[in-house]
Amino acid sequence: MGDAVAINPFIILLAAIFTSNMVLANFLGMCSFIAVSNEYKTASGLGKAVTLVMVVTTILNWIIFRFVIIPLGLEYLRFIIFIVVIAATVQIIEMAMDRYLPELHIKLGIFLPLITVNCAILGISLFMIIRDYGAVQSLFFGVGSGLGWWLAICALAAIREKIAKNKLPLGLDGPGITFIITGIMALAFIGFAGTLIVQ
Amino acid sequence: MTIFQTILSVSLISTALAVLVVIADAIFNNYGECILDINNGNTKLTVNGGSTLLNSLAANRIFIPSACGGKATCGLCKVQLATDVGPVLPTEEPYLTDEEMQDGVRLSCQIKVKQDLALSIPEELFNIEQYETRIERITPMTHDIKEFRFVLEEPKVMEFKAGQYVQIDSKPYPGMQEQVSRAYSISSVPSETGAVELIIRLVPNGICTTFMHDHVKEGDTITMRGPFGEFYLREGADELIFIAGGSGLAPVKSMVYDILEKKLDKQMTFFFGAVTKKDLYYVELFQDLEKRYENFRYIPALSDPAPDDNWDGEVGLITDVVAKYVETPNNKQGYLCGSPGMINACINVLTGIGLTDEDIFFDKFT
Repeated sequence: MGDAVAINPFIILLAAIFTSNMVLANFLGMCSFIAVSNEYKTASGLGKAVTLVMVVTTILNWIIFRFVIIPLGLEYLRFIIFIVVIAATVQIIEMAMDRYLPELHIKLGIFLPLITVNCAILGISLFMIIRDYGAVQSLFFGVGSGLGWWLAICALAAIREKIAKNKLPLGLDGPGITFIITGIMALAFIGFAGTLIVQ
Repeated sequence: MTIFQTILSVSLISTALAVLVVIADAIFNNYGECILDINNGNTKLTVNGGSTLLNSLAANRIFIPSACGGKATCGLCKVQLATDVGPVLPTEEPYLTDEEMQDGVRLSCQIKVKQDLALSIPEELFNIEQYETRIERITPMTHDIKEFRFVLEEPKVMEFKAGQYVQIDSKPYPGMQEQVSRAYSISSVPSETGAVELIIRLVPNGICTTFMHDHVKEGDTITMRGPFGEFYLREGADELIFIAGGSGLAPVKSMVYDILEKKLDKQMTFFFGAVTKKDLYYVELFQDLEKRYENFRYIPALSDPAPDDNWDGEVGLITDVVAKYVETPNNKQGYLCGSPGMINACINVLTGIGLTDEDIFFDKFT
């Protein structure tokens, strides 16, 4: 684990939200970020669902990596294993939520299948391995990345709701202007860079 | 060795996860026995919870109309719920009007049975059955319309009202993996309960019409459900105006034969709109009926007859022809079947003459 142990989990949390935001610094999870950011309400729902799944799958994948993959020497299979773990977890979360938290399921249920194929979720699990994070660090990393993704999509959706009321040049309307906004937002987030040095 | 280890590990991990999902499904998705109270206690069904309402009802042979198979893309499978099952889902919203939402109408394919439910279903739907049928005869009618005759094998009898429709399930064929259900009006007469006839027009790129036109032959088996629909003969008027185009002739043929068979005291006029002579079919049949029965009149009209058609009948849009023949609204009802454009135009003509909305019945192809 080496130097990574020295990094305070709270620093990792803040870094994941601001300086190395999943969407705006790493450009992961872009498809749903662009597709489901028309409305603030839905975007926020997806953000919450992503945060939930990220936290759960990060912890699960960390445990599986430490106690199954490393002892068996299956590191080269981690991509496929992480993906099936994520898919199964999302399935089980959806069923359990439908049973015990029906209110929440009505709000988040339709997003859960969408999240299975969100690359940001897989990205977190892979980053945590590459960066050699411990259990607590991984937990904070998962929470921070989820919150960061939520913050980013809410910001984008709020801006897009405002823009919808304005006239745009025809060629920019739709995805065009969305990418430009995302770029400017990414520039803004670069303003945080240097305050926290965590890759 | 590595390959072997890889295959083994991936299979083991996938199996372990699959087992987990199955166990979770058995625990979380097990809602025990739920009672479905239909139409204020008229029918009570005990079902195992966890499945959608549409599928739970179908398992008990109550077939709610559905064309998409439970994907929330057709909006047909509406039922009215008296039990509160939570707010309308985003998947249902596009198909429900504000009024329906207030009345508790929901899409049965999106509602999961998790508790005892009280719901109402139109009584007609209890007559709906799923039939295994065999194609007895295929007759080409025009360049793009064929008539199909199906013998009902199981169950053997269908009670329907003239004008109603059935839903056919297509099967996968080369170039098309998707299976769909599509609705077609019955053209045969209700007194014949052991077989149904359908008239199907080939729609370019239509999944089910292509299947029926190019991928079935006499003797093949087809699954259908029915009868559905609110387009049938009503009490009230003695003069009936039928207007149809293309395969919209099917329900009209059934209704006309039904009325003649039952010797009802109705005056009938049948306007059939086509482009050229090659789009006309069953001309001899209807002309023969016209000769034999005083109370039936057949008026085919061509909007754009070809030079070699030698057409001496009515020429023009069907709307103009109807306006020419129908003068007063007294004691009349209109029955319309065809494309939405034709029907809307004809409704305008009939209301212009003075018929009220209550006297106009239609079946739009969508």
